[in-house]
Amino acid sequence: MAAAVRLLLRAGSACKSSVANVHRGAGGGLGNAAPSASSVCAPHTSTQRRHAAHFTFQPEPVPSQYGPTQKMNLFQSVTSALDNTLASDPTAVIFGEDVAFGGVFRCTVGLRDKYGKDRVFNTPLCEQGIVGFGIGLAVAGATAIAEIQFADYIFPAFDQIVNEAAKYRYRSGNLFDCGNLTIRAPWGCVGHGALYHSQSPEAFFAHCPGIKIVIPRSPVQAKGLLLSCIIDKNPCIFFEPKILYRAAVEQVPMESYQIPLSQAEVLQEGSDITLLAWGTQVHVMREVAAMAQEKLGVSCEVIDLRTIQPWDIETVCKSVVKTGRLLVSHEAPVTGGFAAEISSTVQEECFLNLEAPITRVCGYDTPFPHIFEPFYIPDKWKCFDAVKRMINY
Amino acid sequence: MAAIGGFRRLCTVGLSAVCRNRARNALSISQYRSFRVNGALQQQPFDSLAEKPQFPGASAEFVDHLEFIQPNVISGIPVYRVMDRQGQIINPSEDPQLPKEMVLNFYQKMTLLNTMDRILYESQRQGRISFYMTNYGEEGTHVGSAAALDPEDLVFGQYREAGVLMFRGFPLDLFMAQCYANVDDLGKGRQMPVHYGSKDLNFVTISSPLATQIPQAAGAAYAIKRENTNRVVICYFGEGAASEGDAHAGFNFAATLECPLIFFCRNNGYAISTPTDEQYRGDGIAARGPGYGMLSIRVDGNDVFAVYNATKEARRRAIAENQPFLIEAMTYRIGHHSTSDDSSAYRSVDEVNYWDKQDHPISRLRHYMTARGWWGEEEERAWRKQSRKLVMEAFERAEKRQKPHPDLLFSDVYLEMPPSLEKQKESMWRHLQQYREHYPLDHYEK
Repeated sequence: MAAAVRLLLRAGSACKSSVANVHRGAGGGLGNAAPSASSVCAPHTSTQRRHAAHFTFQPEPVPSQYGPTQKMNLFQSVTSALDNTLASDPTAVIFGEDVAFGGVFRCTVGLRDKYGKDRVFNTPLCEQGIVGFGIGLAVAGATAIAEIQFADYIFPAFDQIVNEAAKYRYRSGNLFDCGNLTIRAPWGCVGHGALYHSQSPEAFFAHCPGIKIVIPRSPVQAKGLLLSCIIDKNPCIFFEPKILYRAAVEQVPMESYQIPLSQAEVLQEGSDITLLAWGTQVHVMREVAAMAQEKLGVSCEVIDLRTIQPWDIETVCKSVVKTGRLLVSHEAPVTGGFAAEISSTVQEECFLNLEAPITRVCGYDTPFPHIFEPFYIPDKWKCFDAVKRMINY
Repeated sequence: MAAIGGFRRLCTVGLSAVCRNRARNALSISQYRSFRVNGALQQQPFDSLAEKPQFPGASAEFVDHLEFIQPNVISGIPVYRVMDRQGQIINPSEDPQLPKEMVLNFYQKMTLLNTMDRILYESQRQGRISFYMTNYGEEGTHVGSAAALDPEDLVFGQYREAGVLMFRGFPLDLFMAQCYANVDDLGKGRQMPVHYGSKDLNFVTISSPLATQIPQAAGAAYAIKRENTNRVVICYFGEGAASEGDAHAGFNFAATLECPLIFFCRNNGYAISTPTDEQYRGDGIAARGPGYGMLSIRVDGNDVFAVYNATKEARRRAIAENQPFLIEAMTYRIGHHSTSDDSSAYRSVDEVNYWDKQDHPISRLRHYMTARGWWGEEEERAWRKQSRKLVMEAFERAEKRQKPHPDLLFSDVYLEMPPSLEKQKESMWRHLQQYREHYPLDHYEK
């Protein structure tokens, strides 16, 4: 049944690829590329336009230190990272459901032809098998890059991830490990993904010592962080915000480079409040910061956490010591979400500096709904309102 | 009776068809044996005029009458055996004719394991170690299969393959160290007893969750295939573990991705208290193999030569042809499931006694050796005494050793220690400084 649903979505994405212009200019407000493309693919033509995207992607300055760059969207930057890896590491293999022809999100296009079918190959449709197989490759010394087609479908592999991958090194006294394993999975809301094409499962994994969880916000970040995950000697889960696959376009270095794990990045300095997020939600926070500045005269410090576990406590606390206020926002449901962990830690570390209760603006404690998505997500207005209340506290 | 005959015939037809297909495949493999992965992606010639089924999902003829395929569970896949219960070779052409030293080594490893089991089992009963699982009745499967492997072959096992480690020369001191979780334990005292592992002996550390090692073994076999070093992976599991989804995953992946891998199922009739008729309704585990496109065999697990022969041939072909093999070794779990279990609650003493007294892998091998004049009462007495001494000495040494340093609770979670974990370690020591009298620090290394 899951397979049937996925087939539908595959058809959708294949359709998108023919419609969406992947080389669109950086400022092209791609927010609506996905919706307009999917409306072409939709079985029932609807006159009603979908709700506009809930964020605006703004490309960042071209990184110059890593050599020549090329305009890439997020899926292309992932391909580029995988390409660099296969070229430099002869043991590296990429596998999962439908990766051979390029993947349902086009992340592995061309890699099979370039590197051979023993290095880029389809597996049977079985997530627990994919992760178990990847662990085995890594245990035998190969670099294993597994794809789970949607983060929503990672749960069949939960046992292999939590009981096996995460504990391999510890339980064997470091005799064996699967540090060469990286699991990539499309992640986050997409406008119309409903219950099983929208989830943000990072908090489930954050409770598990032994794995690293990494989420990028842009093509440059995606490539650098993914390469770090692949090279890192610990099993990593790399969640790719799928709404950014085509929407986010910027100049990305063509050669291999790494962005360190467990380091948050301060994107915008501010003095009144710290806004913390990851993935697509970082772009929401940037807009909120602009709105707060413009409408309230509030100076926001925006931080991209980037690595969920082990997370950069120091950077976040340093910021909160300065601003005295912390707003954490994520798409996942609020209860048991990773914002709770951050909030609790910051409260312990920065009790004397806090001038307002730490606030979480997150998804509601419901499954991710289809038609109600615009009301469900912690959009910029919900976050803006929280800033307003916190400043006036 | 007619009905039974009917479905027997049907199944035989099904099976031989599978075999024929495989034979054909094997032929084509030898021509370009390296990598046929994802052959399905190459476009197949499509002839719409041919009067045969064109479905991409299976290669088969049409049939014009309704007939369900029946499982054949009454007359299942036969059990391959080389010697009978008196240790007599049944078919000389199947006799591996192993040299005396090798057979003596088999016997000594099986009996040493047996001696260690008895002592550690008692040790648990006295509360000296927290847990134990014996290998009674399965000594032959471990030793026979381990002997057919190369020491470089990678072993993925479960909690009842100590004999494989024993055969590879894992020191008694290290078995004990793991069970006692003392400073000598390679696993740093982190896991429950019998969760052995050895990098040097290519035996991947055991974990408790059942069957997780099965798809992992497939991945490792794939990596080894790409290394092209003529090694194989063997993966042991019980018939209960074979019910897990991970077993299905591993079998299917190994077949489609053409992994040089031997799946070795120890079917001992019980998963804790659950008998096999509550575990499955097919013809054991071996009958599942052909369904995955896997060459399969069932052997007498109390016959160390049958196990040896099957493993040896599976290894040879797995490497030559890059495909998985399934061996189902029929045994009987003579001991309790573990020290936390009392099996008399769910099976009769008579049943257990039968296997212990009349059909045991150790006694069968002893008969074989005696018949050849390789072993007598005197050797037996001397070896019993010596092996007991070896085990007791290791046991006493292990018991005297301290536990590992408490810092080892924190390392190896990640390769490096994250700052947050460093902080937790410091906080533990701050706590211990103040409350040390409430903790057993004296038993731990300083």
